[in-house]
Amino acid sequence: MNDTSLKGYKGRAKEVLQSLGGRVWANVVLQTDRGDFEGVILPRSETADGDHIVLKLKSGYNIGIRSDRIQKIVETGYKEAIYKIPEKEFPRSPEKPNVTLLGTGGTIASRLDYRTGAVIPAFTPGELYGAVPELADICNLETIKLFGVFSENMGPMQWITLSEEIGRQIEKGASGIVIGHGTDTMHHTSAILSFMVQNSPVPIVMVGSQRSSDRPSSDAAFNLRCASYTAGHSDIAETMVCMFGPTSDEYNLLHRGTRVRKMHSSYRSTFRTIGDVPIAMVTPDHVIPIKTDYKRRRNDCNVDVKAVFEEMVAIVYYYPNMRPDIIESLIDNGYKGIVIAGTGLGHVNKPLYPALKKARDKGIAVFMTVQTLWGYVQMYVYDTGRDMMELGVIPAENMLPEVAYVKLGWILAQTTDPAKVREMMLAPIAGEITEREPFDGYLILQGGIPEVEKFIGQYHR
Amino acid sequence: MDFSNLNINDNALYESMGFICGLEIHQQLATQKKLFCHCPVGLTNRKYDAEILRHMRPTLSELGEYDGTALMEFKTKKEVIYRLYRDRTCTYEMDDTPPFLVNQQAIDYAIRIALLFNCRIVDEIHVIRKQYLDGSIPTGFQRTMIIGVDGWIPYKDRRIQITQINLEEEACREVSDIGHLIVFATDRLSTPLVEIITGSDMKNPAEAAEVCRLLGNSMKITGLVRRGIGTVRQDVNVSVAGGTRVEIKGVFKVGNIKHLTAVEALRQKGLLELKNKFNDRFGSNPKIEYKEENLTPQFSGSKDIIGRRLESDRPLKVLGLSLPDLADFVSHPLQPDWDFGSELSGRVRVIACIDSKPNLFFYSHRHRYDIPDTVWDNIRNKWQSRSNDDVVLICGPSADVTTAVNEIKIRIGELAIGVVNETRQDMKDGTTDFERILPGPDRMYPDTDHPPVKITDSRVENNRRYLSEPLWDRQKRWVAMGLSGELVNALSLSSYADILEPLAQDNKMPLKRAAYILVGMLTDLRRSGYDLRKADRERLKRIIESALIEKWPHKRLKAALIMLAHGDSNPQETKESFSPAAFDKFWEDAQNKFNSGTSNDKCGKFRRFITGRLIEQFPHHSEEVLTRIAQRLDCK
Ligand SMILES: [Zn+2]
Repeated sequence: MNDTSLKGYKGRAKEVLQSLGGRVWANVVLQTDRGDFEGVILPRSETADGDHIVLKLKSGYNIGIRSDRIQKIVETGYKEAIYKIPEKEFPRSPEKPNVTLLGTGGTIASRLDYRTGAVIPAFTPGELYGAVPELADICNLETIKLFGVFSENMGPMQWITLSEEIGRQIEKGASGIVIGHGTDTMHHTSAILSFMVQNSPVPIVMVGSQRSSDRPSSDAAFNLRCASYTAGHSDIAETMVCMFGPTSDEYNLLHRGTRVRKMHSSYRSTFRTIGDVPIAMVTPDHVIPIKTDYKRRRNDCNVDVKAVFEEMVAIVYYYPNMRPDIIESLIDNGYKGIVIAGTGLGHVNKPLYPALKKARDKGIAVFMTVQTLWGYVQMYVYDTGRDMMELGVIPAENMLPEVAYVKLGWILAQTTDPAKVREMMLAPIAGEITEREPFDGYLILQGGIPEVEKFIGQYHR
Repeated sequence: MDFSNLNINDNALYESMGFICGLEIHQQLATQKKLFCHCPVGLTNRKYDAEILRHMRPTLSELGEYDGTALMEFKTKKEVIYRLYRDRTCTYEMDDTPPFLVNQQAIDYAIRIALLFNCRIVDEIHVIRKQYLDGSIPTGFQRTMIIGVDGWIPYKDRRIQITQINLEEEACREVSDIGHLIVFATDRLSTPLVEIITGSDMKNPAEAAEVCRLLGNSMKITGLVRRGIGTVRQDVNVSVAGGTRVEIKGVFKVGNIKHLTAVEALRQKGLLELKNKFNDRFGSNPKIEYKEENLTPQFSGSKDIIGRRLESDRPLKVLGLSLPDLADFVSHPLQPDWDFGSELSGRVRVIACIDSKPNLFFYSHRHRYDIPDTVWDNIRNKWQSRSNDDVVLICGPSADVTTAVNEIKIRIGELAIGVVNETRQDMKDGTTDFERILPGPDRMYPDTDHPPVKITDSRVENNRRYLSEPLWDRQKRWVAMGLSGELVNALSLSSYADILEPLAQDNKMPLKRAAYILVGMLTDLRRSGYDLRKADRERLKRIIESALIEKWPHKRLKAALIMLAHGDSNPQETKESFSPAAFDKFWEDAQNKFNSGTSNDKCGKFRRFITGRLIEQFPHHSEEVLTRIAQRLDCK
């Protein structure tokens, strides 16, 4: 009996299956000391205990049966689950724009295997057409699966591969790029792509889902339709995140890749533009611009790809009573750049000063951002700020901490000259530093206040 | 079928038809919090604080296609609005936060109910998602789990199987469903409930109703379940020989079950007759030549019902569809005042969202509308209709009319099948109407958001200790005590029934009077505002005992009970000796105190207020006090 036939089982449950001849996907009658149970043996979650066997009953429900109750297993049938989604030909026409969807992992569309409950991702154009047929009204779709990693496992290697592939697709004449991505680190990737891929003639749109696509209430199909429309039809030639505006199914927002952040662990409307307004609102059939200062679509196929990254860069999130050994360990481990997320206008406590001085002396680039996320670093107001600048800490204006982190990694891979690093960090490339913060760039409506409640009562949020 | 002589009590008739029926009883549990979040359970009648808008999208089935039911629901393309309430819902109900760990109190309550019904408790609970695309749950699926299997309850001389007991979250309350917009209130959403599923063991409509009542009452007396309107709902599965299992959803009153199951059995019988007729007439591969025509211009400006509808501010279309050689089908009765034409209307209402009444206009039903005969004649002449050709007119938004025509053809095609596997809703007028095609087990899949919950033997045994005597055992004893069927039924539902047991030990005790006090008098008192359910049980028992032994007059007993309800559990010596003058003085004081309050209601609140005060003041003169109160208050 091979391993997959006991998928996920361990301990006593595995022994019982082995000794009584039970296997995953088999239709069985389990004879126990409390009567018979009939159903299909399902794989067991790796994290669950080793005492129970999972059975899918005819009613569709699953139950766990204690393995030590089982006296006999009678197999009455066997049918292995097939993890394959049928393809349908994606309808193409010359009138529609050609959009390339690059897959990084995470499922944008999927189907369920009802027998087992497994979620099977749909990815090829044919599979996607089967899952979201509305896509055929929007564009001609091409898909390339680059890797299949969870959002949290995206890193420099994937960013580089992704940027290079975007470059190739643009040079081949794609009208727009859609990138399917897990949502947790989508804003890190959107920021680094904004630096690695410059002067794109077409939209580069990142998209994902907060409710997986096997759910009827999923945001995935709507997000994919909005992203495909943006990629194929909008005139915004920037790197953007396209996700729900409100939690209601009404419109998506297009966020600039360097100003966007995931702000809630589970809401659909989790992505927010920080310190500015979004570029546009989008539905599956039109784009309503909010900003006017975006880069416009061009007809050429020219793009600058600079896909490099220095990995020895870290973010340090300051907290009261932080000890200098945190900084010192980074120095000792050979880090070349540090981004601090400081309190308030950009502060850390005095005991860190010697460590910061040491970092400067070792030629490590240290930049200050704010953990308040909104607002600028301002180190002239208090003595502590001025002291820190003396120690070589450079204020990074209103760059978001994660954005400063990826930008610093990208720059340090190109130069280690402190003056050059400083100059490049502080020269905005893709809106990561703005000269002005508009009055409506910071709106966290506070619930409970009468006028806010009135607003919430009137509009679907 | 003649429904004017409908006899729902003719058990032999239904048994001869091969009637079988199973029940699914959904009973809310009396937990403080919801099943997967920490919101308090309970409905609100406040205005909502916010609304969100969602759509439901079918997920792909095993074959990579949308399954039949899912597609049907998607065809309706509804916008779904959820109303949110600050004090009743959080982001879990909005489907913006994953579930918290399942409510352990709810699991224990469900285990007790499963034990009551002799079920085996599962070793490990797995939370499952059951898809619903009608919008009634914002996630698009209900979280549900098996607690027990293979139970039974005694009934007559046999056992009714309890195949499965599930613990699951309640769906939303529907506020309205008009056209393409459906509105739900989320206060009820995620209230824990148990679903009791019986075998198809009931052989006639009367048994269906009786077993339903037995199961419901058995749960009510445990104190583990919520009581009141809407806290329990029944789904009833019915089929007859040659028919198919049809599920009548959401029967609100147990009293309707007998009628609805009888009517459903007869509907299936009617459909089986139509099946034979249809297959004889149209053969195994029916090719029906429908004619269609856009009749919007003919009706615009007309004074009849269709013309008036066209005046609405939305652009509507009128389409005529011929139904060749089908007029006798259309008017074939299937339920009281309800024929196959009504069956078509139901489908169109649900699938095409055309819900004005009537939504279809049949030539066969022409006497029901104010459409002039000449209009019908023109259409029929043009189409050269023969006598058994029917015509149906459909009026609605253009896209919906197209869906409607398609659906009518599908439903007529299904005549060849006979009974369609579907769920129907209780229309509360003695009939049922189409709700949706019955979903199968392929809509269930594991909830990856929640880990399995192990149930130890000691947890099960611990819960067994809380079990009270099952209702059927109690009832047997009460009957043996000589109580009438009526009193037994009333006692079955009474929360004071436990008081009767010790009294029954004494064979000199007048048990019928005791039962009357418990079910009649205490209920009357509760309705007048004196709730004794929370009163000291021992004292309540002693008062009733004394009243029975000492043969107290009614008034004295009532006064004593009122005093108990007031919480005066330890009456001291008379605070003031009773005299008419003292009574009058106290009355004036009490009245002044009451008037400084907000209410002027002299017959309800004031009566309760003054009675309570006076009996408290003169505890040993309660009969006198009650007489005087009655004299002073001119209301009854
Ligand atoms: Zn909640």
